[in-house]
Amino acid sequence: MSASPLLELVGLRKAYGSLEVLRGVDLTVHAGEMVCVVGPSGSGKSSMLRCCNRLEEPTGGRIVVKGADITGAGVDINAVRQKIGMVFQQFNLYPHLTALGNVTLALRKVQGKSAAEAGALGLAALKRVGLADKAQVYPGQLSGGQQQRVAIARAIVLQPKLMLFDEPTSALDPETVGEVLKAMRELRDSGMTMLVVTHEMGFAREAADRVIFMDGGAIVEQGPPHEIFGAPKHERTRAFLTRYTSWA
Amino acid sequence: MDGFARLLDTFFNAEVAARYWPEILAGVWITIGVGIAVTVTGLTIGLGLAILRAKQWAWLAVPIVAFADIMRALPPLIVIIVFFFAFPLIGISMSAFTATWLSLSLVLAAYAEESLWGAILSLPRGQSEAARSTGLTWWQTMSAVILPQALRLALPPLTNRVIAVSKNVALGSVVALSEVLNNAQSATSTAGNPTPLTMAAAAYLAIFIPAMVLARRMENRMQWRV
Ligand SMILES: Nc1ncnc2c1ncn2[C@@H]1O[C@H](COP(=O)(O)OP(=O)(O)OP(=O)(O)O)[C@@H](O)[C@H]1O
Ligand SMILES: [Mg+2]
Repeated sequence: MSASPLLELVGLRKAYGSLEVLRGVDLTVHAGEMVCVVGPSGSGKSSMLRCCNRLEEPTGGRIVVKGADITGAGVDINAVRQKIGMVFQQFNLYPHLTALGNVTLALRKVQGKSAAEAGALGLAALKRVGLADKAQVYPGQLSGGQQQRVAIARAIVLQPKLMLFDEPTSALDPETVGEVLKAMRELRDSGMTMLVVTHEMGFAREAADRVIFMDGGAIVEQGPPHEIFGAPKHERTRAFLTRYTSWA
Repeated sequence: MDGFARLLDTFFNAEVAARYWPEILAGVWITIGVGIAVTVTGLTIGLGLAILRAKQWAWLAVPIVAFADIMRALPPLIVIIVFFFAFPLIGISMSAFTATWLSLSLVLAAYAEESLWGAILSLPRGQSEAARSTGLTWWQTMSAVILPQALRLALPPLTNRVIAVSKNVALGSVVALSEVLNNAQSATSTAGNPTPLTMAAAAYLAIFIPAMVLARRMENRMQWRV
């Protein structure tokens, strides 16, 4: 673990009008760490994640990436975003482009790479998620799990320092959840720093270095998975986990 | 003469047709020319307005919506008359060609803007979020992710509207634009025989049936890989 953290949220606040959804979140993520965020619906997990690459503008606090505050007005946010990959619940693949077209779009438009160079990098990224043979296929012809893996390839092809996942398996058929989790595990094993909002408690318990429990727009409790799942300190964490495991 | 022969003599008179076909043909070129010019400028302006509206600047949205509503509410004939007869009174004179072309371009632009804007709005928000999250700028997102999808969605209403508005080139006859219908009408009164109108009808079919076939082909091709 390097000395200075990769991502630091300091007193992060977010409000939609008068609705406060983040009430001062402090979070540190170190390089190579995989941090899972769990919590009830509406607790602000997505909002926190989406502030990290400023898809949502925070209303207060600081977001520090590799020592640099990215909330300032003079920040080149498009440059920052290339170093922070994001994977969405609904995949959000571009339906008019092939799998390879999806993966290479930013390489070509933002980084100005040639079609050949982008194509080679894109194929390598698709290979990492086991979909090299689907390069020329359109998203509409892929299963949910395959689409989500293409979405992961679209993010990692830019060689991000940090990957954000917002419930990456929640929109999937149960039978394809496994292949996406597997791709995520492999990504983690390759040393990627990951911040993952998930309802897959089994995955969080077994794959995370640290688990964050959020409720009411704040972090209630955090720690290694065996502590959070095995011996939660807070009543709210306990209540959430009981309710959650009784569903599953 | 029996009825059928009279019908032939009146509407399909070979002698009249031979005398007036050069004028009809000249009209055909004008109609096609104005139609294409209207299509190009109308779609371009409509696209530009839809993009500007997507910027979501409140001060710009209001005039764009007003423009689109007014241009769609007014009969195109009135727009042409205003451009040709009223604008000279405030010192802006224009030829029959310019008045027809400009009027119909603005009408088409209004419809195109509405179709494209509707298509842009119907796309999931996640599309632009995904693009922005990989570092694409607003404009790169618009041009590479949003517009290709919006254009495909809006293609059927757009092609219908292009054909409907192009047909309105015939309205240019009120400002003496020498397009097909105008030439046919004057030929009809000089000849005292409506055969030129039959020729005009044939000319319209010859122009617009291929246009419709082309439009349908484009729509089908765009539908393939969804
Ligand atoms: N764009 C928005 N405008 C207004 N309110 C919003 C907006 N986005 C989210 N909210 C509200 O903010 C609160 C937190 O939402 P958020 O999506 O961050 O929760 P979450 O923890 O991700 O929930 P879930 O598990 O359901 O995804 C919710 O009450 C939600 O309704
Ligand atoms: Mg959420």
